[in-house]
Amino acid sequence: MIKVRNINKSFNGNMVLDNISVSFEPGKTNLIIGRSGSGKTVLLKSIVGLLDIDSGEIWYDNVLFNQLDFTGKKEIRKEMGMLFQGSALFDSLTVEQNVRFPLDMFTEKSNEEKIDRVNSCLSRVGIVNANALFPAELSGGMKKRVAIARAISLNPKYLFCDEPNSGLDPLTSIMIDDLIKELTEEYSMTTIVNTHDMNSVMKIGEKIVFISDGVKCWEGSKDEVLDSDCGTLNDFVFANALAKKLRKTDGKKYPAV
Amino acid sequence: MFRFLSEVGQYFILLKKVLSKPEKASIYYKQTMSEMVYLGLNSVGIITIISFFMGAVITLQTAYNTENPIYPTYLIGLGTRDSILLEFSSTITALILAGKVGSNIASEIGTMRVTEQIDALEIMGVNSASYLILPKLIATLLFNPFLTIISINVGIIGGWIAGTSTGVITSEDFIYGIQYAFIPYYVTYAIIKTIFFAFIITSVSAYEGYYVQGGSLEVGRASTKAVVYSSILILLFNVVLTQLLLS
Repeated sequence: MIKVRNINKSFNGNMVLDNISVSFEPGKTNLIIGRSGSGKTVLLKSIVGLLDIDSGEIWYDNVLFNQLDFTGKKEIRKEMGMLFQGSALFDSLTVEQNVRFPLDMFTEKSNEEKIDRVNSCLSRVGIVNANALFPAELSGGMKKRVAIARAISLNPKYLFCDEPNSGLDPLTSIMIDDLIKELTEEYSMTTIVNTHDMNSVMKIGEKIVFISDGVKCWEGSKDEVLDSDCGTLNDFVFANALAKKLRKTDGKKYPAV
Repeated sequence: MFRFLSEVGQYFILLKKVLSKPEKASIYYKQTMSEMVYLGLNSVGIITIISFFMGAVITLQTAYNTENPIYPTYLIGLGTRDSILLEFSSTITALILAGKVGSNIASEIGTMRVTEQIDALEIMGVNSASYLILPKLIATLLFNPFLTIISINVGIIGGWIAGTSTGVITSEDFIYGIQYAFIPYYVTYAIIKTIFFAFIITSVSAYEGYYVQGGSLEVGRASTKAVVYSSILILLFNVVLTQLLLS
């Protein structure tokens, strides 16, 4: 289980995360939601150790992650996979080399075993006949899928996704959401997804944490998110026209926005 | 002043990360070989062209500025040789490489930073500084001395062609001049300087790229800063090394 306790993070005196405490459910898809600039990415990058926090604790099971040195963090990071907002595929490597990179770096498998694993990961995310292509030759959705294949190549225990649907059309977004959900179940991973896409929230969210202006305002399940008493959460959830319509036609009573 | 000291400190912290034990030697070896081609072999062309014309101009300048019956003409060959050996092939080559290789390193690493590719390496547990910079550092430290040797030879050939074709010196006098009072230590001196300059170019440019924050505009700025700072440091260390090695 990943637990975050009273973490604070500021940039040049500007508080971005303010005393956030939250536990993420193991083996489930946990969503961090909030408006753009609310601190979601900073929280996610703090959890994985890409940003150093000012104070607080980040626990991976019984290990206090933020107190570890580079070598200590490295051991836990081998169990992590991450899907970045812009995919972050290595430009100079082909699709196959990108997925193979963690295997080359951290395993002693034979060449054949590595190729098998690469092909298995790529076919799992629906990428075929693209091994020799470079990232610049792929569409946005394909890049995300290759990035997912790279993230799962070492059978990670934790999967982190930063805005997996950004820049994608609705159908591809649904495909990526489904993939994240299925892989989370298949690999029994603890998955944390940053998103502001309400479709993703309703489709894959099992535990949801809402952040506004660096403060955790609400946490609960997908079913509870529509019935919340939190005004800022309702502003966010019912921001689009469809949700507003749903709010009017649905029999439930939602708090005033 | 505080910012300057902070940047110097950050530079040495980065160097410590770069020089830490590589994760997997075989991967670093492959990377180093490919960087040798990318940063070294691909620079042979520009070094050859510039060195040729540099040698030609040095010969003509020496000839036109030493037109005196009491000076033997073979001194033109000697002057060309020593100018190229002592200064031009190491320092001018380094300044050219600071422009070509330095901006390349800064923009490559900077782009990787702003597109989160460095974060992706870190998240896998890879020491990104070492993985990205150490192979470039080793490649340039090993290959740049060869570039300097190529530059010395091509420069002298350029001087010979220019001198003989314009008639300012005969081929015999030029060849006698480049052999006259030859001090082999000058070659060692040029190579020592080249190694220092290679370290400056690669480490300073990598530093500028590695700590880029922002987008493409900042990557461009980092690339410019890499060239400017590398060039200034090359000229500064040129003075220091000359004093240390020739005094």
